[in-house]
Amino acid sequence: MKQTYRVSIGLEIHVQLKTRTKLFCGCATSFGVPPNTCVCPVCLGYPGAMPVMNREAVRLTLVSGLMLGCSINTYSTFDRKSYFYPDMPKNYQITQYDKPLCLDGIIDIPMTDGGRKPIRLIRIHLEEDVAKSMHESSWSGVDFNRAGTPLMEIVTHPDLTSADEAAAFLTALRHILLYIGVSACNLEEGNMRCDVNVSLRPPGQDALGTKVELKNMNTISGAHDALQYEIARQSEVLDAGGRIVQETRRWDVDSGVTIHMRSKEDAHDYRYFAEPDLLPIVTPPDQIDALRRSLPELPAVRRERLARQYGIPDYDASVLAADRALADFFEAVAQRCGTGKTASNWIMTDVLRLVAAHETPVTACALTPEALVELIGMVEARTINALTAKELLEEAFLSGGSPTEQVRARGLAQVSDSGALDGWVDAVVQANPKSVADWKAGKQAAAGFLIGQVMKLSKGKADPKVVGRLVGERLAQQNG
Amino acid sequence: MAAEEIDVAYVAQLATIRLTDEEARLFQRQLPVILAYVDKLRCLDVSGIEPTSHGHPVYNVLREDVPEPGLDPERVLANAPARLRDTFKVPRIVES
Repeated sequence: MKQTYRVSIGLEIHVQLKTRTKLFCGCATSFGVPPNTCVCPVCLGYPGAMPVMNREAVRLTLVSGLMLGCSINTYSTFDRKSYFYPDMPKNYQITQYDKPLCLDGIIDIPMTDGGRKPIRLIRIHLEEDVAKSMHESSWSGVDFNRAGTPLMEIVTHPDLTSADEAAAFLTALRHILLYIGVSACNLEEGNMRCDVNVSLRPPGQDALGTKVELKNMNTISGAHDALQYEIARQSEVLDAGGRIVQETRRWDVDSGVTIHMRSKEDAHDYRYFAEPDLLPIVTPPDQIDALRRSLPELPAVRRERLARQYGIPDYDASVLAADRALADFFEAVAQRCGTGKTASNWIMTDVLRLVAAHETPVTACALTPEALVELIGMVEARTINALTAKELLEEAFLSGGSPTEQVRARGLAQVSDSGALDGWVDAVVQANPKSVADWKAGKQAAAGFLIGQVMKLSKGKADPKVVGRLVGERLAQQNG
Repeated sequence: MAAEEIDVAYVAQLATIRLTDEEARLFQRQLPVILAYVDKLRCLDVSGIEPTSHGHPVYNVLREDVPEPGLDPERVLANAPARLRDTFKVPRIVES
């Protein structure tokens, strides 16, 4: 008889922290350099070599914990987890057992009904990565460049109930970590790796079913597909009256199935014990408060604020808020040009098109908020047409500089010669006696209107600065 | 005082140490004596004392995140029992 089971999924996510050096030594954390070039006695596990904790790795873990709503352990210690494997020549990994840096925490995931579901975290701890093994037919080669790289392990409660929710969780977590800049979260480079625990139980049963651990999912979609397969597999076993055995299974991405790796009987006895070479990390409450005050807004909070403060659509706000640098850029432009909607339109369409076309994030491009404000101003004033604006934007994106300067220097459809402009200025002043009267009455904006009329008459070819000067002179003459 | 029972064969397996039957029997006899000796510490009253794994009240020994050059790879690999190009050569270690 087929029935629907209740699914409980917990995740363990390893995130490589964005530090310049390893967790316990000054070796660089480099990706793609020749094997065994960023190594020293500490990360090679030489006897007697002493680890010294990386301050930045601790800070990034604490910042992550605070962003994810964790409480910080004011007294945190490190432990040795013993096992024998060539990727860990000390024969133990330095990690945290009973006093991790961060406890509890919550990540909200979006639900299909538009609501949000809180997923509880158990803990976040800091540990060292192992070396990388490259396998050949009968030998393996070990490269220690990765050994000792700082990893932050995030462990959730089994609050997730479907493959979709697990994928939504990983996506939300990745967004937050990218946003606060603690990790590159590049799954291809192994910056973010995930193990999954999944169990099924019949409806009405409170106790969790027997859990199966899944390993080797390198992408969010990999974790999703592995879970979908595993939930279906366990359902079939239970439907047929079978029992689930506690085991570890490996996701095989090529064949799209999970394969038995080891059963509970082979489970390791890690013999955790206190790491005598590392002293405790003590973070007093006032330091935690100071760190908390330095935190950036969470993407979800910023999304709501951007929509409210600048009056832009929710969709625009969610795209902008997902990328901290992009949101910063938007706010700089919106504040200078005074209208959020116009700033958002330009960034959402033209700037993001360039970001995609040139595979260059807004942080790496040459475009400054000031340049975009100039460009928007020139288009609004009809100084240049849309096509010219797009060309100038791409130039500023690739090479920087001031669009206003470009327009002036290259005479892009501009007329600056006062001899040619005099006629237009005269015509406008004569045709708008009311504006002249307004100006005489002290209404400064009237001059702006007249400048605009001259620009219009010149079909956008006049230099607004020169026109401004000429209009000012002419009005002064009228006054005298 | 009766000390905790230690399974010498299991500990040897965890530590990947091969013991002869004679050695296992010897250690099985000696370990309870050692534990009983350490057990004498239990006569101390430690109520109200925070457990710690360090003898000094020193915390937050931290290093700045500044890279230093690594060792010369040739020197590093000179210590390898065997080499596979620029890596340490070990028996194939795929968990299946």
